[in-house]
Amino acid sequence: MRKGYVRPLDLRHGVVDLTHGSGGRAMAQLIEELFARRLGNAYLGQGNDGAVLPMPPGRLVMSTDGHVVSPLFFPGGDIGCLSINGTINDVAVLGATPLYLAAGFILEEGFPLADLARLVDSMARAAGEAGVPVVTGDTKVVQKGAGDGVYITTTGVGVVADGEEFSGDRALPGDQIILSGSIGEHGMAIMAQREGLGFAAPIVSDTAALHRLIAAMRASGAAIRTLRDPTRGGVATTLNEIARQSAVGMMLQEAALPVQPEVAAACEFLGLDPLYVANEGKLLAIVAAEDAERLLTAMRAHPLGQRAALIGSVHGDEHHFVQMSTAFGGRRIVDWLTGEQLPRIC
Amino acid sequence: MKFIDEFRDGDLARGLAVAIGHAARDDRSYSFMEFCGGHTHAIARYGVSDLLPRSVRLIHGPGCPVCVLPIGRIDMAIRLVLDAGVTLCSYGDPMRVPASGGLSLIKAKARLGRDGGSPASGGQIRMIYSPADALAVAQRHPDRQVVFFAIGFETTTPPTAVLIKQAQALGLRNFSVLCCHVLTPSAIASILESPEVRRWGTLPLDGFIGPAHVSTIIGTRPYEFFAEEYRKPVVIAGFEPLDVMQAILMLIKQVNTGRAVVENEFSRAVTRDGNRKAQQLVSEVFELRRSFAWRGLGELPYSALRMRREFAAFDAERRFATDYQAVDDHPACECGAVLRGVKRPQDCRIFGNVCTPENPVGSCMVSSEGACAAHYSFGRFTDVVAVTERAAAAAIDPAVVS
Repeated sequence: MRKGYVRPLDLRHGVVDLTHGSGGRAMAQLIEELFARRLGNAYLGQGNDGAVLPMPPGRLVMSTDGHVVSPLFFPGGDIGCLSINGTINDVAVLGATPLYLAAGFILEEGFPLADLARLVDSMARAAGEAGVPVVTGDTKVVQKGAGDGVYITTTGVGVVADGEEFSGDRALPGDQIILSGSIGEHGMAIMAQREGLGFAAPIVSDTAALHRLIAAMRASGAAIRTLRDPTRGGVATTLNEIARQSAVGMMLQEAALPVQPEVAAACEFLGLDPLYVANEGKLLAIVAAEDAERLLTAMRAHPLGQRAALIGSVHGDEHHFVQMSTAFGGRRIVDWLTGEQLPRIC
Repeated sequence: MKFIDEFRDGDLARGLAVAIGHAARDDRSYSFMEFCGGHTHAIARYGVSDLLPRSVRLIHGPGCPVCVLPIGRIDMAIRLVLDAGVTLCSYGDPMRVPASGGLSLIKAKARLGRDGGSPASGGQIRMIYSPADALAVAQRHPDRQVVFFAIGFETTTPPTAVLIKQAQALGLRNFSVLCCHVLTPSAIASILESPEVRRWGTLPLDGFIGPAHVSTIIGTRPYEFFAEEYRKPVVIAGFEPLDVMQAILMLIKQVNTGRAVVENEFSRAVTRDGNRKAQQLVSEVFELRRSFAWRGLGELPYSALRMRREFAAFDAERRFATDYQAVDDHPACECGAVLRGVKRPQDCRIFGNVCTPENPVGSCMVSSEGACAAHYSFGRFTDVVAVTERAAAAAIDPAVVS
């Protein structure tokens, strides 16, 4: 018997089994060989149940997000990078610099270790590119049939300087509404794959970490009131949330909304409205009217904001309606999403 | 998008709006019923009414398949799941229609046991996107009785006929259809015969914007009777907003000249005879029901289809010996009057307060094609005039928007 020898995990043919969540040696091996090796950093390397972290001055921002997307792999991304980018964005839209992430995995018995390794690789790549390490994590295994491959919950922590206040309740009549790019790509990438819709150029998810774009926006000095990433429920739902929080009305210009032709076509085909389809790499900004141009210029100079557009304005309205002037020449309400348009999208 | 954007062009719309403004006489009003929910949806979504003169009023008709389903039909579907233990496959919209006992298909589904199965009966409810999905479920689960909840007007009937013939060819013994297919001409006749139109004249009706997709199947011929017998012009129109505006212009011209004929604006898809092959297929599989209950319109003779005797094995009503039992609508719900065009959604006392898309009381608030849901989701700002004017004043200048 070789001293200290442990047969390595079979990352090609192996599958998750119940022992991987039991707290025993198998679990330790999974964490060490699959998670720590890929996500490795000094904090994770402490090997404790949590991480002890240095904190720069400022107020703490914390956000958490569960990811249950199906399918797990889709054009432009997978549940791994989605779970990293999504939480970074939730922290960043509050004006904070994201610092650390935690990740919780719920694995289903029988899930291929090769797929798990691909997902963790993708998380490591996304976290590396964003410069935000995963500093602690957890793994649980549920019996076959009680999950759907893998669910990932990520929690993010960041700091925001005193005086920086981005909040959904700060929109004022007269403010302008800016969207960072074309809408509906994440949701339609998933739907096109689920429905087997073939396009000459497949629709690719827009999943991306927006914290550097946001840093550039903050650096522009524009008076930004609110930032939010329009994920589930799309732009329509996010604007309704802000309108309610700020007790204002909004008027959008349909002709100004950036939508890629493939997305528009897929939405048409499936009877969906791109305004309600999820995005994972876009943001909405409410900004003082006099600073709108300055902010647009700053956004367009960043790769993730090249197609940034002014899409509407804020006005006083006790009913908090979000309305839209249609390209056709009429007017209508852009209401809250009703029911579940696209289940399990992120 | 080619072949789509052309029918939503704002410049063309403004041109048509001017033409309609010129054609509409100052000394009278025009009330046109758009029969189909597809038109109702397009009118609300694109704000077509904003482009029309005040003298033109659009009345929403009953052509929303989910809206005309009576409570008793949803109850039948739920009973099949809870009592007979079948796997019911339904489109998304019918899932939210309120049924008896505070249930709906979606609420019944949530109460079933793990994996959507009922612990007592083993019943399941599945949401599907295409009728073919229902057949696939039956093939994958030969041990389960699978029932397709088939609803809709003439457009959706041929696919159901194909499905039944496929099931027969495959020799499937575990597949059947709960058939709730209804017929457009019967509903139009019911409205034209209603006392509000005929006797009291409380529902002014100067013409119909005729169905788009339904007419691709049945053609324009079935409407000729209405134009001739009731002296009401009918213009068959596509579901794009420019189609609707063009049809309104054609209707105004007919009214002005005292004509009442069937005209076809949707000539790119509809012929006088319709789709003969589809009609043949439907008549092979289905026959007329003697009578069928519609929400809002009541029992209408020969207004719906059921399977012919040769296909009885695939008829869920026969296989599971389940009967339709009439159930009264919620007493405060005005869906019936809304479906007949007698009331507007906002005239209903519970519109927008008790009854909302999140918590629909009546069926018209369920589907996006329903008159109430369309008005709530797209047009309710018009109920608050002051707000509208303020919003318009604050609207950003389109020239500034890049």
